[in-house]
Amino acid sequence: MATELPHKQAVIIGVGWAGGIIAAELAKQGFEVLGLERGEERTVDDFTMPKDELKYALDYDLMQDLSKETITMRNDEDMRALPMRQLGSFLLGSGLGGAGVHWNGVCPRFFPYDLEIRSQTIERYGEDKIPEDITLQDWGMTYEELEPYYDMFEKTLGVSGEDNEMTPPRSDDYPTPPMLETRAMKLFKATTDEMGYHPYIQPSANLSEQYTNPDGQTIEQCKYCAFCERFGCDYQAKADPLITVIPTAKETGNFEIHTHANVRSISQDGDIADGVYFIDETTKQEYFQPADIVILTAYVMNNVRLLLQSEIGEPYDSETQDGVIGKHYCYQIGAGATGMFENEKFNLYAGAGALGMRIEDYNADNFDHSDQDFLHGGVLTLGQSGNRPIATNPVPPDTKSWGSDFKQASIHYFPRTLSIGTQGASLPHRYNYLDLDPTYTDQYGDPLLRMTYNFTDQDRKLAEHQAERAAEIMENMGADIVTPNNDTEGDYDIVPYQSTHNTGGVIMGEDPETSAVNNYLQMWDCENMFVVGASAFPHNSGNNPTPTVGALAYRAAEGIEEYLNNGGGQLVSSKNSTQKA
Amino acid sequence: MVEKNDDKQTDVNQSSSNRDETAAASSNEGISRRTFIKNTGLVAGGVVGGGVLGGVLGNQWFAGTDTETAGEAETDGESNNFQEARMFFKRPEDFQVLSAAVERIYPEDDIGPGAIALGVPYFIDKQLAGEYGFNARDYMQGPFYEGAPTQGNQSSMNRRDVFLQGVRLIQSIANENFNTAFFDLEGEQQDEILEAFENGEPEMPGMDSAAFFEVLRDATLRGAYSDPVYGGNQNMDGWRMKEYPGPQMAYIHMIEDDEYQDMEPVSLHDHN
Repeated sequence: MATELPHKQAVIIGVGWAGGIIAAELAKQGFEVLGLERGEERTVDDFTMPKDELKYALDYDLMQDLSKETITMRNDEDMRALPMRQLGSFLLGSGLGGAGVHWNGVCPRFFPYDLEIRSQTIERYGEDKIPEDITLQDWGMTYEELEPYYDMFEKTLGVSGEDNEMTPPRSDDYPTPPMLETRAMKLFKATTDEMGYHPYIQPSANLSEQYTNPDGQTIEQCKYCAFCERFGCDYQAKADPLITVIPTAKETGNFEIHTHANVRSISQDGDIADGVYFIDETTKQEYFQPADIVILTAYVMNNVRLLLQSEIGEPYDSETQDGVIGKHYCYQIGAGATGMFENEKFNLYAGAGALGMRIEDYNADNFDHSDQDFLHGGVLTLGQSGNRPIATNPVPPDTKSWGSDFKQASIHYFPRTLSIGTQGASLPHRYNYLDLDPTYTDQYGDPLLRMTYNFTDQDRKLAEHQAERAAEIMENMGADIVTPNNDTEGDYDIVPYQSTHNTGGVIMGEDPETSAVNNYLQMWDCENMFVVGASAFPHNSGNNPTPTVGALAYRAAEGIEEYLNNGGGQLVSSKNSTQKA
Repeated sequence: MVEKNDDKQTDVNQSSSNRDETAAASSNEGISRRTFIKNTGLVAGGVVGGGVLGGVLGNQWFAGTDTETAGEAETDGESNNFQEARMFFKRPEDFQVLSAAVERIYPEDDIGPGAIALGVPYFIDKQLAGEYGFNARDYMQGPFYEGAPTQGNQSSMNRRDVFLQGVRLIQSIANENFNTAFFDLEGEQQDEILEAFENGEPEMPGMDSAAFFEVLRDATLRGAYSDPVYGGNQNMDGWRMKEYPGPQMAYIHMIEDDEYQDMEPVSLHDHN
């Protein structure tokens, strides 16, 4: 039997960026908040010796322990889904701070086009432009409505950046100036500028200078040591939840964190959530935590899984296309070009996670799609996050992958190889979705989440276009060997790392028939639950998702305050849209 | 400025002399191979065949070389490194097969040491003795089905079993085809066997032999280039060859530099 704990006003499941932001905002307003985090407790003292490629980058020290829980994957409904036994395609975070600890810190916003993608596509190109089974939906709010929350997120982090004519309008400047430019970045900038594009230094949460945020938390200046992604920062120079929103929440005295608390289900009394059941991973004791309000911020995978397991909201059915939980699982489309320079060596061992030069000329609807056979696009970036020696072994095409030739070529090209990559938008498809696996279970016997996902024709055409553009730029940069690459050539493969930009499953919108949450991320079917994260994205844009997660978390926090102050009720009246595909 | 090389067909693997010419033509070329050898005390005089290397149990890459100074490395042919003893592999023969195989994957050449001299066999032995060998953080629950390649490794075997079965199969194929132990074969013969594994040809119960080869290759690169704290990349020579400076604390002073900067590596040991 579960032991019942003292009642709390708000319980947050998962304490990363989304959970941390909401905890800070509610705690500052005097609400009593409990954070349940299933991973370990973490402080900055955990990152005193983080520059270890083997431990962190390859053996995933900061990531989810799959021996306890994973997901299953199949490319289509005719396949048997099998467990992801090892991490690969994406890296699920774990522990206090979540994936916000091991992120690179690239901080762009999504575009106005993203939030009204269906309406604007139809307006400009006609409804026939949307391919069959690509179930585009608007987000239920506009960019103008979301903008103030982006501004709040950027000021909490101290984002370093510069304005650019191809990026969305801003109400204020970036809090800190852009990062420094490396030789490789300068080359990309000069080349793309000459080609008529609009290069800019990408916005970064590795800060260009020391900064104190509106909550009084200080983030240090980045030293360009090149250990960001998959690592914690030993300088406290990468804005993460551990040095910003979590201490802000704790300092109020209103926020308590229970680590090793693995939530198995959310309990409902009628249409209202009345608490959560969790297991303390250290003692294996089960507890019931009653609460007035339940905030689910456990990343895309667990947001969806916990709702399905708790039977909250209607599960998506790909046959009838009814139901909402699990629908619109999207990812990100990888493509680009590699360039090898015989006569130039670059200091590529140096860098920062978010250091890079980029163009948005082929992102969103920044270019005319009339003659394109795909929608949207993606950013093109020359990043310099720092090459590390185990994982970086560039060789020309057709080189053997081992032996003397491999050794010589990979050593020769290590400082001579640059890459341009796109993060292609991922549009929803009828048969790409999440549900519960009928066979495989976690350590407690609960069903794993099952992913049904493959690339679509839209994805492949987008990737091909972006790879061609990247290769043109690389040619113009003077590379001797240019190799386009495209992740979508075969079926989606769970093995090679692609992106930890998983989205969808609990999407926002204005119509309860086609969305799970309103634009405060409040559930239509359970008014005292807010489900926050990239799970709310109806599609994924051609850019890094974290600032949009952050902005939506600030928006949700405002809604939760309103809900608690007004004694409940739906914050947004639902509309019956004509969007249903 | 980048000088564009019009000859896109240049085969960088063809010979080291081509690459020397390329290096000499470059105005901002960093450390040359000769400088590397001089700085590290590594002299490419000890090139020996697979048969001899395969029989080496300790790290004797420096034995018999015309060494000037070898930093902290051994110079007398006798290893005083207390970490060089087997923790996982019980049979010497298994370890000898492993050593010969990883040396073919990452061979000693005129750039510098190969896998054996870098300590890769002992690195792998230590890795297998711990969490890595037991796949401690992988999902290992059944049922087990073969699955599509896009679904990743679905083997029920942990890496300890995979490595043991793999090296023993390498040895039995060598005995069968050449009537000789794998570690006594010529390099080309060893490569022939390893290529068969790479192509997934030998039958391995419970495991795809191509997947075993991929794990073996991956473990070799890990051993060559991970921090020396794990027992491989001895004397940071893997990093020196690759001109990787290790976990330096900061590059803010030179991040904007256009010139290539070559520097002595540091390791986690320097962060104590």
